[in-house]
Amino acid sequence: MTPPLPQARPGSVSGWIHSVETGGTVDGPGIRYVLFMSGCPLRCLYCHNPDTQHMHDGTRTTSAEVLDDIALYATFLQRAHGGLTLSGGEPLVQPEFTAAVLRGAKALGLHTALDTSGFLGNHADDHLLEDVDLVLLDIKAFSEKTYRHLTGVPLRPTLEFAERLAGLNKRIWLRYVLVPNLTDDAAEIDRLAEFVAGLGVVDRVDVLPFHKMGEHKWKALGRKYMLTDTEPPSRELVERVRKQFQAQGLRAD
Amino acid sequence: MDTLLMDGLAQATEQQSAADPWRGFAPGVWRRSVDVRDFIQRNLTPYEGDAGFVAGPTARTTALFAKVTDLLKQERAAKGGVLDADTEVFASITSHAAGYIDRELEVIVGLQTDKPLKRAIMPFGGWRMVKTGLEAYGYTPSPKLEEIFPVLRKTHNDGVFDVYTPEMLRCRKSGVITGLPDAYGRGRIIGDYRRLALYGADFLIKDKKAQLASLEVSRIDEDVLRLREEISEQIRALKELVEMAASYGFDVKRPAATGREAVQWTYLAYLAAVKEANGAAMSLGRVSSFLDIYIERDLRDGVITEAEAQEMIDHFVMKLRLVRFLRTPEYDQLFSGDPTWVTECLGGMGLDGRTLVSKTNFRMLQTLHNLGPAPEPNLTVLWSEKLPDGFKRFCADTSIKTCSVQYESDDLMRGYWGDDYGIACCVSAMRIGKQMQFFGARANLAKTLMYAINGGKDEVSGEQIAPAYAPITGDVLDYDEVMARFEPMMEWLAKVYMNALNAIHYMHDKYMYERMEMALHDRDILRTMACGIAGLSVVADSLSAIKHAKVKVIRDANGLATDFEIEGDYPAFGNNDARVDDIAVWAVERFMTALRKQKPYRNAMPTQSVLTITSNVVYGKKTGNTPDGRKAGQPFAPGANPMHGRDKKGAIASMASVAKLPYAHAQDGISYTFTIVPGALGRTEDERVSNLVGMLDGYAAQGGHHINVNVFDRETLLHAMDHPELYPQLTIRVSGYAVNFIKLTREQQLDVISRTFHDKH
Repeated sequence: MTPPLPQARPGSVSGWIHSVETGGTVDGPGIRYVLFMSGCPLRCLYCHNPDTQHMHDGTRTTSAEVLDDIALYATFLQRAHGGLTLSGGEPLVQPEFTAAVLRGAKALGLHTALDTSGFLGNHADDHLLEDVDLVLLDIKAFSEKTYRHLTGVPLRPTLEFAERLAGLNKRIWLRYVLVPNLTDDAAEIDRLAEFVAGLGVVDRVDVLPFHKMGEHKWKALGRKYMLTDTEPPSRELVERVRKQFQAQGLRAD
Repeated sequence: MDTLLMDGLAQATEQQSAADPWRGFAPGVWRRSVDVRDFIQRNLTPYEGDAGFVAGPTARTTALFAKVTDLLKQERAAKGGVLDADTEVFASITSHAAGYIDRELEVIVGLQTDKPLKRAIMPFGGWRMVKTGLEAYGYTPSPKLEEIFPVLRKTHNDGVFDVYTPEMLRCRKSGVITGLPDAYGRGRIIGDYRRLALYGADFLIKDKKAQLASLEVSRIDEDVLRLREEISEQIRALKELVEMAASYGFDVKRPAATGREAVQWTYLAYLAAVKEANGAAMSLGRVSSFLDIYIERDLRDGVITEAEAQEMIDHFVMKLRLVRFLRTPEYDQLFSGDPTWVTECLGGMGLDGRTLVSKTNFRMLQTLHNLGPAPEPNLTVLWSEKLPDGFKRFCADTSIKTCSVQYESDDLMRGYWGDDYGIACCVSAMRIGKQMQFFGARANLAKTLMYAINGGKDEVSGEQIAPAYAPITGDVLDYDEVMARFEPMMEWLAKVYMNALNAIHYMHDKYMYERMEMALHDRDILRTMACGIAGLSVVADSLSAIKHAKVKVIRDANGLATDFEIEGDYPAFGNNDARVDDIAVWAVERFMTALRKQKPYRNAMPTQSVLTITSNVVYGKKTGNTPDGRKAGQPFAPGANPMHGRDKKGAIASMASVAKLPYAHAQDGISYTFTIVPGALGRTEDERVSNLVGMLDGYAAQGGHHINVNVFDRETLLHAMDHPELYPQLTIRVSGYAVNFIKLTREQQLDVISRTFHDKH
């Protein structure tokens, strides 16, 4: 096991985390150490981690502590062609903490990915982004109306962030959660695909079929889940949406 | 079958055999003395490519497999899953006439008895076991057999019970030691079946006679006498093997001269072993890269095509899938699903840095695609980070599609056992033809901890099993006090356990000697006394709870600690947390230290495994509430696994904890079973393959020893429980081997389903 280098840990920034998943395989390339941070300004109807929405529901920790743990896996992650993914919640709710963890992970020689909605993109300064190898960007809808209905916040900051990333030539994997009767409008998806292709930095698009695996968490939190009657999209629908992205020359498989 | 008239098949064999069997092979020491490794080193063509070359099933394979599938279906429908059993004849190498499935279709021939899936009587382990076995499945043994046992002929089982001490019997009854091979064959011996193909029986008999002559020494003591008698038996077995092979039309006195003969000869040697020894695990060894040398020669000479090469291996594997033993329902409780552990090793690296991967390793894996998933043969990949990428990917792809492959770290074992070792049963490495083990089942470490708390009294029965050391009387368990009681209890257990094993293996050698398998070994071999432990994660978590939380004792009317109340959280094994992982490491080392103080029979080297097979269910059933919060009767985690649902940080953390367990102190193997749903392994097929390869590389790099890989949904298993007829081939990996899911007991099925599935999306 490679011990963490002392210089790999810049001071200690405190922060709030929800949990850790050490064997992630769907949040970036290879096997990922996924750090779920707590706190998110969005209130997505389909949120499958509603227990991460409030920062103070998480566990208080420090970047040094988090990095000590990540260091235990550095060898494994490198051999498995993986790395660290910061997810949540929304990592950019805690930009200093996020920046410190990213800095430390780079010092450990790890590939880094930032999983974000982009809504708080202006919290990420260029120094923070320098330590990010890949952004997993959620654009949850492409019309202001749908986006606001779905998330409770405006769309514009996310699009501005996407354009800023493109300007920095930062690689992006786009994530799009497909919900029947909510985010399946063909025209809207066509416009999104066109926008995304225009960025020139999107290496792949993951069309994620809506699922209700988070529903029980809403119940546990005593909150009403609005999509109880919504079914996962059909195979055909998922295929249609993938093709819409592919039609713009994007990789979507 | 009473005719030796040549059919087309046997005729072709005759003609080809005229050629020099060793033609075109690079010479070496192997020509003068029995040295299969040297032959492989000088002649193997390592293959670094991908699976693009492999062939699908031939029409003949498909037709034959349809017959096999039908037979297996009939077997599942039969009472107790036994299609047919002999009631008249004791099995020996030559006891039954040649048997066939369909002579026209079979490229590789030979059955244990005269009919497929007909189980033979192998009485020397214990007559009662055979009799109850037969009766349980609706057969009555012929009265003339009953006259022989035990009146005229004593068995292994009779011998052991003549010498067991009352203390051993108590331990056996309480379940602090369970699964001992005192009424069944110990197995875990791998004959070097390749030797028959490379040398032929004449050469091997000559070699054995020279060994016998080497024992004409001045002082003929008990050791020499025993070995002389054993070698004489070995020679007799080789002669019977020649006779049995002749009944199928083959002359195995001479070496194999073609690829097909090499496969046939190797199988006949293995067949001779399983015709008379019903060891718990009858492993095959490491034959496919050896066979590759012959197959490559035939391909080079243009006498066979790739489709024909694959056909030989497919037919060989079909035979291996039909190996059966007559066992009792009680035995099946311990080792569920009628396993035979026909373990075959693929891959691995040579000591010189070349890979030992050959095209026939691919062909062997391809059988799982051509014939569908199956628990046997127990295909085991000796994994190294340095294995060629194409092979790694084919392994991962096959794992994902079939769940029928296990992995063991060659990078870890090569340093201990060289580059021509095989795996007996699940995780036990041994140099082929140079080493064997005395199988020792396992001791229940969790129960031992309870004995430490209760002053040697069993927490379920209340009986005094261990010596009456002072019990713990406080209301809250104190870590130091518990440890001070636990260590002497482990010392006591190691002593009684080793002594019981000595009794067992002394009698096994005496009454149930594996002459065929041992005929395919060197004269002087390394023997290991393979002890084992169960309940490691229960012990680690219990001690962690005692140390890091507050564990209150609840006692029954007799003052026996029978339950516990935990206040607060404690770090659990499986989260890569040193506070508890160090305790697990300590437990492994500490018990091994106690075992090393004992004197094993026949100067064996003591080793231990952290492996339960499916017995984790039975062990759990026999163990009361434990201080980790586990309730009485609940299954232990299998092998070295963390307890179900307590590993909360994901797959890699779980693997990291297990990988810390020191192989140096568990040289008989450390078993870990990993289950993941397909979606959690990656989004596309290609990613899933890459990620599984990455995980295996990472696990091996951390020092992990063994890993079973299962890729399936919980829903699939639930559906299979209710509709077994739809899943005849659903194979899953449990601790160290694979089983047909639908052949497990309902209790075991539920245990598998309750295990941690890594399913984060």
